[in-house]
Amino acid sequence: MSTATTLGSRDAKLPDELDLLIIGGGVMGLSIAYNLARNHPGAVKRVAIVERSYLVSGASGRNGGGLRMQWGDAGNVALMRESIELCRHLAQELNINLWFRQGGYLFLARTESGERRLHRNVAVHEQVGVPTRLLAAREALELVPQLDVSEVRVAAYNPEDGVVFPWPFVWGYAAQAAARGVVIRTHTSVDALEPQPDGGYQARLSTGERLRAARVINATGAWSVGINRGLGIELPNHPHRHEILSSEPLKPFLDPLVVDLETGLYFSQSTRGEIVTGITLPDPPGLVPSHQVELGSSLRFLSNVARALIRVMPIAKHLEPLRQWSGPYDMSPDGDAMVGPSPDHPQLIQVCGFTGHGFMMAPAVGRMVARWLATGESHAMLQRWDPCRFRDGRMLRREDMIIG
Amino acid sequence: MSERVFVCRCEDVTASELEHAFAAGLSTIEEIKRYTGFGTGPCQGKECMAALARELINRGLSTPTQLRPFTARPPAEPVSFGALAAAPDPFVDPAPSLPQADPLGDPQEPPSP
Repeated sequence: MSTATTLGSRDAKLPDELDLLIIGGGVMGLSIAYNLARNHPGAVKRVAIVERSYLVSGASGRNGGGLRMQWGDAGNVALMRESIELCRHLAQELNINLWFRQGGYLFLARTESGERRLHRNVAVHEQVGVPTRLLAAREALELVPQLDVSEVRVAAYNPEDGVVFPWPFVWGYAAQAAARGVVIRTHTSVDALEPQPDGGYQARLSTGERLRAARVINATGAWSVGINRGLGIELPNHPHRHEILSSEPLKPFLDPLVVDLETGLYFSQSTRGEIVTGITLPDPPGLVPSHQVELGSSLRFLSNVARALIRVMPIAKHLEPLRQWSGPYDMSPDGDAMVGPSPDHPQLIQVCGFTGHGFMMAPAVGRMVARWLATGESHAMLQRWDPCRFRDGRMLRREDMIIG
Repeated sequence: MSERVFVCRCEDVTASELEHAFAAGLSTIEEIKRYTGFGTGPCQGKECMAALARELINRGLSTPTQLRPFTARPPAEPVSFGALAAAPDPFVDPAPSLPQADPLGDPQEPPSP
């Protein structure tokens, strides 16, 4: 095998006929391709991924790398337990250092409503069988002595939650998918999908190439709206810009990722030593929602995150941010993803709408979607994530633990 | 003595790691940054980016006109969270007030009327 194709290339040779075309070389598309090739060899034969930029260019390369079971809804809790369980063995499986570290997640509640949420979550987690427990403020202080817990009413802690460095994660999936015969073409966009009489699609690429694919996956996340609208598919997801930063590297001192529920502030220390942090920042008044992905960094973010961080961990006032960037959340109106056949387009499969938390779910989602593609076996989350639920009026908000 | 050659001293990226990236078919500075982590440390690429650019050109993997630096990330100079916390949010503070004290600790000029 030529090494030039191992991590995706603008020169990778695409077959004219595909059984499965995956649009988007992010963690979702790559995880599905990897799981399909590894767990179901031969079930779906000719598979290719087409990425319009380079791998790791989108939200998969821009997120904070957190993985948590601490969700508000039992389905998400169980899903993330599976994802974290998979991560324990993934570095060996992918033969790459993922910088995976299980330091736990520590949620701090400073208001009565936050306190109620954490009590409710811990009850849900107990039912699912996840080891989250409530901590008094002084116990939180034992975990992270640098915190100011004077306002903290209660905390929730799950020692099995953790963080990864997102970049190698994506490269690892790519290399292992390519080694199993998946073609990864980068720097090439899918300009149009044309439905064919046999139910498949012809894809027109920015290079002028045309491919026929029996099935297509739209795994382009916040960029998915354009492809869908080109086919008249109206789904209610839309991109939303989020900012994040990492600090100068410090000697390891912070085990858990800490979340301040009231501000949506989160911060963790990566295995590289940096403090990685972000916050929920309300949109400026009058901002018109756009279907275009907007990037860019602001002083407003820096000052808001600085104020919130110092309030929770005063010693941070001496710390210096090193670099800030942004990435899109792919917002779904009910907070649930959109995974499965599209309305009126059964051979176009959406894997979108993960609302800023897709990276952590990708190990479990990749396995689940690959199994469904190969064997038709469904899953409770796939039924719930049905993209047709909006058209059919079956949407239901279950989750309120969207952070950042 | 070690034979290792460090290209990025902030993130300990070695010449052999760049070799891996080239062998994997990566030929842009942005991709190689994300593959090796080079240029993401305190110098923000000021030390290492030129060395990588030279390698890409010398090997015929890119040309000076094709090469683009990776996106520069703010802040341009290190500023503490303590100082940044004093910057008002224009959408929360309709009339931004002066910070109580100069967060950088420099002697403060009296505000002009």
